[in-house]
Amino acid sequence: MSALTREETEALIQEVLEVYPEKAKKDRAKHLTVNDQSIEQSKKCITSNRKSLPGVMTIRGCAYAGSKGVVWGPIKDMIHISHGPVGCGQYSRAGRRNYYVGMTGVNSFGTMNFTSDFQEKDIVFGGDKKLAKVMTEIEALFPLNKGVSIQSECPIGLIGDDIEAVAKKTTAETGKPVVPVRCEGFRGVSQSLGHHIANDAIRDWVLPRREGKAFEGTPYDVAVIGDYNIGGDAWSSRILLEEMGLRVVAQWSGDGTISEMEKTPFVKMNLIHCYRSMNYIARHMEEKYSIPWMEYNFFGPTKVAESLRAIAAHFDDKIKEGAERVIAKYQAMMDEIIAKYKPRLQGKKVMLYVGGLRPRHVIGAYEDLGMEVVGTGYEFGHNDDYDRTIKDMGNATLIYDDVTGFEFEEFVKRIKPDLVGSGIKEKFIFQKMGVPFRQMHSWDYSGPYHGYDGFAIFARDMDMTLNNPCWSKMTAPWLKKEEPVAEKEAA
Amino acid sequence: MANIMIQRGSKTEYVFYLPKRDLEDDIVSMEFDSPEKWGGEIKLNNGGTYYIDPQSKPAKLPISLRAKRLDAAE
Repeated sequence: MSALTREETEALIQEVLEVYPEKAKKDRAKHLTVNDQSIEQSKKCITSNRKSLPGVMTIRGCAYAGSKGVVWGPIKDMIHISHGPVGCGQYSRAGRRNYYVGMTGVNSFGTMNFTSDFQEKDIVFGGDKKLAKVMTEIEALFPLNKGVSIQSECPIGLIGDDIEAVAKKTTAETGKPVVPVRCEGFRGVSQSLGHHIANDAIRDWVLPRREGKAFEGTPYDVAVIGDYNIGGDAWSSRILLEEMGLRVVAQWSGDGTISEMEKTPFVKMNLIHCYRSMNYIARHMEEKYSIPWMEYNFFGPTKVAESLRAIAAHFDDKIKEGAERVIAKYQAMMDEIIAKYKPRLQGKKVMLYVGGLRPRHVIGAYEDLGMEVVGTGYEFGHNDDYDRTIKDMGNATLIYDDVTGFEFEEFVKRIKPDLVGSGIKEKFIFQKMGVPFRQMHSWDYSGPYHGYDGFAIFARDMDMTLNNPCWSKMTAPWLKKEEPVAEKEAA
Repeated sequence: MANIMIQRGSKTEYVFYLPKRDLEDDIVSMEFDSPEKWGGEIKLNNGGTYYIDPQSKPAKLPISLRAKRLDAAE
């Protein structure tokens, strides 16, 4: 399994914790653990979804990031107003690479930033009037928008604006959905609560809109939930589902539209990719509309095949045949890719630290390439995420929750993985340390990574990063002769 | 009192879900499980015990309920 034994890994955790003051040490110790597959419930070994310690570098976002950035933002035909000061919206604008088709600024608004740009007087006298004015302006300038969502930033909750009232008034005027989302950044400990709040807003303001209306359904209607189309992920997933005979009614929310979301209560099955951000709505739909849901994993051919079969098991023989047909169709292509890249990547060690579903979902894809994940962790995972992770990870591997900048660097220094997969904030630290790095939030400006087509790109990207000749140039030429060993290590 | 959800399970008949704690666990025993009287004391796989007011068996699952914690496993 991993290069370190259980005792060594435990000693490493202790060693890293040594630098903290007593109280911080006690707190952080609960968030770091050595994986033990025999444990049924993660609660026994790891604490998660707790407030980050003041003074440490955390990589978490806020509730606004969870709602505007993750859940609502990708819905392309709605306008998402960042209600509050201008910065929150502007600095997160278009950074997530959730692709969509449409004419930006005409009928799609994904990469644009709309904000009510709060000033001092709005804080003092309240911003509801300004919000109403913004809505009128939006209607005049972008008449093809299909709705508006109001994403609250911190001051809205602090000054107590009544955005719900403005929303109701505007809906009555325009007839379009206006959704107030109470996702002020100070709520919760991470973006995770933002996902929940956004899900609740969809539940209350979007799903009931078409109740009782006619819908021409088929027995094969499904909704893809929790795929944000990073670099086109949802598209490479969708074609597989369509090829096996299912009808994808809605995509939540990458390249999704408001009408797709409204139609979701009519589907036969909800397929959840990102469990963390969308399980709430799936559970709600199960209770209210009796729609079963299941998680699937479209990273790497092994998991794709497994998931396609698991999805097909809920449908009739036609879909089951379809699934086998799809798996068989892509098998040759997958074998070719694995034959090409596996020899180049075999035995390499990977450390991950991302959010949502990836800390456990991508493990299968790395294993398909003969690589081994030796450490993983969630930014904002909850216990149920860790429950699911324990079984996917090897024994005696490291698991870290909300890892701090210091801890992560120390772990990498000691475990010496061949590749680190994390976000932009970690990227340059590790590259300067001479460790190959991939951004696993935005696929490092590449993608898609989902599905069979995505795996081809995933394998190429990992090879491109790991076997990049630049890693052998980490030592200056005049130092090379004395230290030929160091060069070998870096390569 | 906490909001909980009871769902159908694959291993056991019912699964208990407590969103606030992200606790999802099989229900190993339920005090009353007949069409007229359903609920009462619920024992979870992890050793925790909860109580829901006995009621007639719900027509469909999952169902959201209020439950009282008698003994949580920590």
